[in-house]
Order: sequence, then C-alpha cells, then structure tokens
Amino acid sequence: MNAHARKSTPWWLSAPALVLFTVLLLVPLGLTAVLSFNVYDPALGVKSGEFTLEHYIHLFTDSYYYGIFWRTFWISALVALICVLIGTPEAYVLSRMRNPWRSILLLVVLAPLLVSVVVRAFGWSMLLGPEGLVNGLLGVFGLGPVKILYTETAIVIALVHVMLPFMVIPVWTSLQKLDTGVENAALSLGATPFTTLRRIVLPQVMPGILSGSLIVFGLAASSFAIPGLLGGRRLKMVATVVYDEYLHELNWPLGAAVALVLLVANLAVMLSYNRLVEGRYKKSLG
Amino acid sequence: MSFLQLTGVTKYYGTTCAVSAMNLSVEKGEFVSLLGPSGCGKTTTLQMVAGFEAVSSGRIELDGQDITTAKANTRGLGIVFQTYALFPHMTVADNVSFGLEMRKMPKAERQERVAQALALVHLEVHAKKYPRELSGGQRQRVALARALVIEPPVLLLDEPLSNLDAKLREEMQFELRQIQRKVGTTTIMVTHDQSEAMSISDRVVVMEGGRATQIDHPHRVYEHPRTRFISTFVGKANLLEGRVVSVGSRTRVEIGPLAVDVDDAGFRPGAAVLLSVRPEKAQLVAAGSGRLQGVVGERFFLGSQWLYRVGTPVGDLMVLSPNDGRDALDEGQAAGIDWPDHCTRLLPADEATAEGVPA
Repeated sequence: MNAHARKSTPWWLSAPALVLFTVLLLVPLGLTAVLSFNVYDPALGVKSGEFTLEHYIHLFTDSYYYGIFWRTFWISALVALICVLIGTPEAYVLSRMRNPWRSILLLVVLAPLLVSVVVRAFGWSMLLGPEGLVNGLLGVFGLGPVKILYTETAIVIALVHVMLPFMVIPVWTSLQKLDTGVENAALSLGATPFTTLRRIVLPQVMPGILSGSLIVFGLAASSFAIPGLLGGRRLKMVATVVYDEYLHELNWPLGAAVALVLLVANLAVMLSYNRLVEGRYKKSLG
Repeated sequence: MSFLQLTGVTKYYGTTCAVSAMNLSVEKGEFVSLLGPSGCGKTTTLQMVAGFEAVSSGRIELDGQDITTAKANTRGLGIVFQTYALFPHMTVADNVSFGLEMRKMPKAERQERVAQALALVHLEVHAKKYPRELSGGQRQRVALARALVIEPPVLLLDEPLSNLDAKLREEMQFELRQIQRKVGTTTIMVTHDQSEAMSISDRVVVMEGGRATQIDHPHRVYEHPRTRFISTFVGKANLLEGRVVSVGSRTRVEIGPLAVDVDDAGFRPGAAVLLSVRPEKAQLVAAGSGRLQGVVGERFFLGSQWLYRVGTPVGDLMVLSPNDGRDALDEGQAAGIDWPDHCTRLLPADEATAEGVPA
C-alpha cells in the first residue's frame, strides 16, 4: 500500500459514520437554522425565500419564553443534582457488590432504558395522580391528597428515574479504574472510612460524575415526552413549546428558532460547566 | 515477649484454609520476609496483620496489645502495596502528608516531616509532581516515604519490588535495607523472590500451602533446608534418592553405586532419603577422580559462572563452576564430580514426615 492510500484509509473507514452524521444531523440542523429565519404569515404559512429576524426578536422580548427557558434549566439542573446525589452512591455500592447480585442490580438500574419513555411516563402518571398509589398511601396515614401530577415535582421525579442510568454508568466506569489498594492505603494511614470516601474515592470519580451530570443535564433540558405527559398542557418546558409551535400553532419558523436557542443555550451551559470543573481534575488525573 | 507476635493465626475462606495455625514472633527492629510461591498464604498473613482480612482464629499482638480485631485505621501500621496504591489526584508531597494530616499534626511540623521523608528516599525535587509523572522506581519510593513518615511501629511490604525491572529491583533491595536500618522500623516483607528475601532479611519465613515450614536466618534456610520443597525453592539443589544403610557417629547412605557419609542424624537404617547437593558446592575434577564419573551433557554460560549439566550413573547433576579464567569443559567431555562431605544435606524422601526433621 502506498503512502497516499495509507493516509486516506482512516477517511474511508470513518466514511459511513460521517455520511450518516451529515445526512441525519448536519443537514436537518442546517435546514432548521434556515427555517428559523423564514418569514411566517398566519394565513399563508412559511414563506421560503423571505428572511427576517422577527422570531428571535419575539423570543428575546417576550417574558413568556424567559419563564419557560428558566423552568427548563432549573428542572434540568435539579435533575442532574439529584442524579449525582443518588447515582454516585448507587454506583459505589454496585461496584462493591459481588456477582450475581451486581449483575442483577446493574440490570435493574438499566431497566428504565429498556422500556419506552411513553410507557414509563404513563406509569408515573398513574402512580402520582390524585387517585394514584402515592396519594393512596398518603391517605392511609391521613395525609393528602397532594397534587403531584402536572407539577414540576412530577417531571423531576420521572426525569430522575429515566436519567439515573446515564449517571450510574460513567461513575461506575471511573470506579472500575480505581486501584482497590488506594482505599486500604488511606485506611492504613489512619483515615476513617468516611474520610477515605471523601478525600480519596470521590476526587478520583469526579470525571465520571462530571460527564454523567453533563449527559443528564443535556438530556433533561431537551426532554419532551416526560414534560409533555407529566407536566400537562399548562406546565411547559422548551421542548414541549417547540412541539406546540410546530403542530398546534403551525408556526414552524418560531418553533425552529426556539429549538436553536435551546441548542445554543444548552451548549453554552454544558461547555462552561465542563471547563469549570474539568480544569481542576485534568492535571492530576489526565 | 517479642514485639509482634502471631499465635495460631488461621484464615479460612469458606472451607478452604489459606493460612493454617501460623506462629511467628518478630523482634523490634527486625526485618522478616515471608517467602513462598503464589497461593502459599503469605499475602493473606500480611493482610491479617494489616487488618484488611479478618482472622478466623488465633491472636495477633503488637507490643503486648491484642490487635486481632482492631480496625485497620487504628493499627497505625505503615504499608507499602504491591501496586503502590498512591493517591493519583494528590502531589507526591500531599501523598506523604496524608497520614500526618489524619493524625491532626500542625501544618508547619507536617511540612518538615514530609521534607525529611522525601529526603530519605531522595525525592525532594519531585515533591510537587503527581504520581503519574513519576517512574516505577520513584513511585515505589513515594509509597515507602508515605508509609514511613507516620513512624509506624511495624512496616509491612507487600511484594514491594515485583513491579520493577531486574536492575532497578536489585538497587532498591539494598536501598530498602539501608533505609530500614537507618530508621530501625520493624519490617515484614512478603515476596516470592528467594534471592530478594535472602539478601535483605534478618530472618526468612518459608511458607508452603498455608503453613510456615521453616523460620530461620537466610543462611540457615539455604544451608539447612528442612524439606525437599525448601531445598529446591530456595536456590537450586541436586536431589539424589538413596537409602540409609547404617547409623553411627555418621549416617551412611547408599545412592545406587555411590556410598556417602553425612553428619545429619535422626534417620533410621533403611529409611528412604534424599541427598541434597547444591550445584555450587559440587566441583568438576579430572576424569577418573572424585566421587562420581560423568559426561558433560549441556553447559550454560552465566557470566560469572558456568552451569554444567553432567550425566552420571545416579542421574543428571547440575554443577556450577566459577568462570575463573580456566578453560571451560566442552559438551561431551568426561569429568569427575566431587564435593566436600560437610556440604551435603539429608532430607526425608517422604514429604509427610518433614515435620520431624531436626533443623
């Protein structure tokens, strides 16, 4: 094989993935971007060929959208935080278990991914509804009924349930890389088990917690089915607004503009968070 | 009362016995090695002393106090792990400082002690580096400094040199011993490398199948192995099967056509025995003289020595000759083999009776 052919081999090998990536992601994204600048006429629909900044101006001046973006981000941040708080100890306990329990419980953690998101959302709405199991249980103790369904609480609970595997897996992976002797070393130097966790184990799994929380935040911020089904018609998140603009208002350009703003905002939040946290651990953990 | 005392220490994993009724007393300042092949229970013994494995039965006492069930983080022992187990997210200085921090030592004093410990292992210039920026030998030194800085009553070394290459390992052996002499810490080292155990220990505990089969000074372990296993595991040995024909002031043994007198007593006439001759104790002499006649089958050049495999009527014998400037023998050349009487050892042929052999 000559030098030229050898140089082009990596390109050929990655060509299928590149084609897929271009056709399925870059092209639709480009079309959406173009669409968001198109003029919209309520009577005639989208006017291709005529361009305007009207939709973006509308978005950035109407406090209605601020509220929805703000809600989307605090819900996502809260979901990411809860996932860190639940997922990290969960991954640690899992990594300490022996087979077959470890495999069985890992499967339980991954189980939400095996069930359709719509089915899961309906499941939660049955549990959390006014006549649901949760309120029934509260009734036994003389409490409630509490309104959970169609509130932010319902969305957060369901999102945490769905997102937990995305938190557990990265943390689990970084725990696997941990030298088991390191914990014993800390103990032998007089550290308590809690200090060992806090000072030795936790800093070493930080990269896993970081990537897990980024994945969870990103997925939660763009989630659609759960806020759509558990938030009801009035409690909107950005993705449900996009859906409404497209399918109910038929204002595709405005929907496209909202979607792009979400994408950019999401990217900005994730990149700055990544830079903030990763910088601290890059030097020591590589 | 010795400083560290193991009495009947036993470890079961389920029904398998990993360590069986281990007795060991270590004096203050002593360097003791646990030597044996993998799976002999040496690491388990160390883990029990460290407090990472529960003792099934028996007692461990340190300086008169029973520590059998004490938690690992209250024993205060210094441990160097096989993988070093350095904290990868901390600098070298922070790694060494950790144990002092746990002891709530004031910062100024801590820094001084860390500097001293790093000076002891010649790592002052690397204090600000992270473990992954260091070589294997340097990491090893960090691990040693981290274990020593807390001034532990006992230092436990778990195969400390097994991850280093041969040349570095030899250097570190001597350095380890030097440092241990300097600070005078009682040390227990686990190793599977017999030359490592012999060169740096005051005493060697040879372990075999969960039992300590011989606890002796390195020289005695080598010269007076108690079992067939030890004689071949610690150094090389030619083992010749024979039978005791008479006992008197000396024991006479017949090995095929060869009859030898040895000093070792305690055998009955007619007992099946093994005569052990270390390769370096045997000499090649002119053909026709010596105890045995043979033909050089193979020869290996080892630099400072020649190793010959000589075919004789009683079997193949290994003979080590110093490379002292004389011409080496060729393969196929006839030669005689001789050895001084006092350099042979008699072992029972049957391993099961090994317990009763006088050391």
